[in-house]
Amino acid sequence: MLIRRPSDILPSEINSETEFNARRDWLKQAAGLGLIAGLPALAAHDAQAQGAKLMGVKPNPTYAMPTGEKLNKFDELKNYCNFYEFGTDKTDPPVMAKSLKTRPWTVAVEGEVLKPQVFDIDTLYKLAPLEERIYRFRCVEAWSMVIPWVGFPLSELIKQVQPKGNAKFVEFVTLADKAQMPGLRSGVLDWPYTEGLRMDEAMHPLTLLTLGAFGEMLPNQNGAPVRMIVPWKYGFKGGKSIVKIRFVEKEPRTAWVKAGPGEYGFYSNVNPTVDHSRWSQASERRLGEFGKRKTLMYNGYGDQVASMYAGMDLKKFF
Amino acid sequence: MALHLASSNPVLVARTWKAPSTSTVQRAKWVLIVLGMLPLMRLVVGFFTNQLGANPIELITRSTGTWTLVGLAVTLSITPLRKLLNWPWLVRLRRTAGLLAFFYVCLHFTTYIWFDRFFDVEDIIKDVIKRPFITVGFAAFLLFIPLAVTSNNAIIKKLGAKLWQRIHYLVYVIAILGVVHYWWLVKKDLTQPIIYACVFAVLFALRIMWKLKSSK
Repeated sequence: MLIRRPSDILPSEINSETEFNARRDWLKQAAGLGLIAGLPALAAHDAQAQGAKLMGVKPNPTYAMPTGEKLNKFDELKNYCNFYEFGTDKTDPPVMAKSLKTRPWTVAVEGEVLKPQVFDIDTLYKLAPLEERIYRFRCVEAWSMVIPWVGFPLSELIKQVQPKGNAKFVEFVTLADKAQMPGLRSGVLDWPYTEGLRMDEAMHPLTLLTLGAFGEMLPNQNGAPVRMIVPWKYGFKGGKSIVKIRFVEKEPRTAWVKAGPGEYGFYSNVNPTVDHSRWSQASERRLGEFGKRKTLMYNGYGDQVASMYAGMDLKKFF
Repeated sequence: MALHLASSNPVLVARTWKAPSTSTVQRAKWVLIVLGMLPLMRLVVGFFTNQLGANPIELITRSTGTWTLVGLAVTLSITPLRKLLNWPWLVRLRRTAGLLAFFYVCLHFTTYIWFDRFFDVEDIIKDVIKRPFITVGFAAFLLFIPLAVTSNNAIIKKLGAKLWQRIHYLVYVIAILGVVHYWWLVKKDLTQPIIYACVFAVLFALRIMWKLKSSK
């Protein structure tokens, strides 16, 4: 796919969406009838859609490389995944998630909002300017990465849907399609995978509605086409492949809290002084490094988020 | 069943079949050792060719642990196989299998104290005290040591068969502790620990069944 700068494309060249879809459908049918030579090339192009570069992404200087850190490799992000819908081994999702269909895709916004609506994924790409933000990512399993995510603050979407006064929490629901997700046969988690944030956490500038990484669309195994990234919390708080965002009054009972209420909490803020019930959270293995590093309070974002938890007993509300 | 005339005794002696010679058993031991080294080779080669994934130390720790359990299962299946196939000579491979399992538990423990804890004794002690799955794993490792140390003919002569046997009954405890260690460290998917638990359960059940039969 030849990537041209936005300025290279004349408005007259841009096809309407219906035109685009109609042509794609025709091509698919024609390919199916074997009328087009280079059928493998067509299939490859379709599969590569997920590897497509995102256009118009601007690095956000506020969230540039944290001092003393370095980026992990895209391959590390792609090949070390927890996405139980596609199997519980870290190497399952890169193989099994190939079946995930990310088009067509919609995200339904429901609940206590004045403007409930269904967003098409392509609308989401244009909802707010796409930023590149380099965040630390800390898994509850005590490993971490530094990843350049692409997206925009969730607050941009929240502003558009206008939550009502009684909307205290935001719930994120992941796709749960048995036809595409072999892991759903296992009862390892309660499906669909749900996560949630308190309203102030959802509105926080760090909370990123994420559409890509390393300048490209999200790989399937990392939660394509849209996921949440909440960098001061353990990675599982960032729900993947989101199909629903609900504004609710009561704190949602999230998938991992249901799976292990003594081990995983609603807040799950990165906290080296609050251990998992079975292992320590005081240190972490940065992927690609030999040694282990000390885990930072709030994953190093304390100066930006600690005030939301002032006065809270972090051992009780873990 | 082959009948043969014992040279010095006119009574017909029935034997199942001719047991393999010492050299054949020696060869079988070496085959077992070579097979037992393959998982280690895979880890070493994989480490230096970057094929162990994004978190190689975690993979090495997990792999050496599961191969310890496999080694224990092989060791514990020798007596049942011996009985079921009527191959008494198999017992001569049991020491090799057991020591291979011990070899892997040493690698597992070394990986932990070196690449996870960097020989920080204080950290290690904290782990053993505060993390139940490590307490149990450490206990299994400690119990394994006397079994490895007494796996040679000279020691058996010194200790006598009865005491030696008592020490080696600990292998059942080690197997159980090993499975519990794995069970308690897994995040949510218990498939693997359950498989090992079932394998050991079957191997134990067979022994219990034979014990009950013979005591009737």
